[in-house]
This record gives sequence, structure tokens and C-alpha cells, in this order.
Amino acid sequence: MMEHHLILRVITKILIAPILIFAFYVQFHGDYSPGGGFQAGIIFAVGFILYGLVFGLRPTKKVLPEWVVHKFMALGVLIFAGTGVAGLMMGGNFLDYSVLAETPQKGQHLGLLLIEFGVGTTVAAVMISIFYAFASRPPRISDEDW
Amino acid sequence: MLVVTAISIVRVRKLFGVVMLSGVFSLLSALLFVSFDAVDVAFTEAAVGAGISTVLMLGTIALTARTEKKPSHSSILPLIVVTITGAVLVYGTLDMPNFGAADAPIHTHVAPEYFSRTPVEIDVPNIVTAILGSYRGYDTLGETAVVFTAGIGVVLLISGLGRRRKRKKTDVEKA
Repeated sequence: MMEHHLILRVITKILIAPILIFAFYVQFHGDYSPGGGFQAGIIFAVGFILYGLVFGLRPTKKVLPEWVVHKFMALGVLIFAGTGVAGLMMGGNFLDYSVLAETPQKGQHLGLLLIEFGVGTTVAAVMISIFYAFASRPPRISDEDW
Repeated sequence: MLVVTAISIVRVRKLFGVVMLSGVFSLLSALLFVSFDAVDVAFTEAAVGAGISTVLMLGTIALTARTEKKPSHSSILPLIVVTITGAVLVYGTLDMPNFGAADAPIHTHVAPEYFSRTPVEIDVPNIVTAILGSYRGYDTLGETAVVFTAGIGVVLLISGLGRRRKRKKTDVEKA
């Protein structure tokens, strides 16, 4: 795609690891600081999209095949709904996390962590698969036209 | 600055510039949210508005066309409608409480209850997360389902089309 942009490629390689780590920080620290599943999912997806933009789609799909992303899309919703059903099984209401652990507070913590993880998984997978869907089609206008 | 950006988005004909300007617009509104102390919203706006949607818009431009079409009819009627709507909205803000007023309805309705109940019942410092995840769990589940549905829709529409076209091409080659 863009083999000649040496600076872009080097900077991207340096940036991707911090982006992914920051995504996980936002994901699992969402109870304590701004952030949560939606933002973390987007940031995580941005890491892969950046890689895809600079290094081309084929190496990205080698790391993260399309069918895996599609499975994760559904998995996130299932984690979220499954947490709700788990609360139902343990004697509470649907999406009531207080019953998930010994104390209601611990249960709420666990529940929030799980549902945020579900949200993050779905959002990241959806964003990456939308990017794949757009980028895998042959572009109508050539690189010089921009 | 938001107004200047918005006007230039309307005036610029090259879609590449429009996409970049809407990214700028998102970033500016994220700054606005930060100054309102709505850090969670600002975070989302910066990540989604300025980041992802810019990339997706560029992807769309690559698939379609690079410049806007000339409008086929005059823009006077839409201008009148927009002006009237804007005037009504501005008139509506006259009734709103002052910015930061402690007795505004938003601060006296359910917010105090969330603030007093969250440390006891959920015990997480970020009350936004507590409200989104726990008190409004159904809403967030619904939002996730919406994102999921949108993703499936895009994948079905765009990837499916590509596959069908490829199949047609191989059919033609066989014939």
C-alpha cells in the first residue's frame, strides 16, 4: 500500500504498543477514572486500523483474521447478556450484579468489569470489521487523486 | 471556533477537506466537554468523532467520489428552515437556568440520589461508570446490541456485495 513512507512505518511501530496498552488501561481502569468499554474498544480498534492503514490490509488480516473479528463481535454481546443471566441464575434480577460475589459491592465491581469487557469487545470488533469491510473493496480513486 | 469550522465545512467542496474539518470540529467539541467537566463524554468524542469516524469517512471517499456535487436546487428554503429552527432553539435557551446554577432541574432530580447511593451500593469512584453499567444496565446492553447490529449490517452489505461481484466476474470468465 504505502511502502515508501519510512517515517510513518517506524512511528507506527513505536506507537502501536502504547495504544493497545492504553486501551487496556482505559478498559480495566474505567471504574476509577474516565473511560470504559466504549472508549477502550475504540482505542483498541484504532491500534489495528493504524497498522492496517500504514502496512496494508494483508498483514493485518494475518494477525487478526476477519472471521475471528466477526466471532468477537457476537462474543461481546454474549458476555454482557451472560453476566445478566448469571445474576438471574444466582437469585437476583437480570443485570443485577450484587449477587455475583460475597458482598454486594464486590458483586457490583465484578459485574461492571465483566459488562465493560463485553462492551469493549463488541465495539472493538465492530470497528475493526467495518474498517475491513471498507478497506477490502478496491478504491474508485487512485492515490494521486487526493 | 466551532462556528467557523462549521461554516467552512459547509463551504468547502473538496470532501477530503470536509472530513478533516469535521475531525477538527469533533476535537474542538471534545475540548468544550472538558471545560464542562464532562470528561467521559469528551473522551468518547475525541476517540469516536475525531479518530474513527475520520478514518471511516476517508474509506468511504476512497470508494465513492472526491468532490461534492453541485446542489441541483437553490438553498434559500433550507436556509429559512434552519434559521427559524435555530431562532426557536435560542429562544428556548432563554428559559434555561444559568450555566452551573446549583438549583437547575438536572441537579435536583435523580443526580443527588445517584451521588449518595453509588458509594454505598457500588463503591466505585467513577459514578458515570456506575450509572451506565449498573443503574442503567439495560440501556447499555441495548447500546451494545445496537453497535453489534450496525456492525453486522455493514459487514453484510459491503462484504456481501464484494463477494457477489467477484462471483459474477468468475462466471463471466468461465463463459
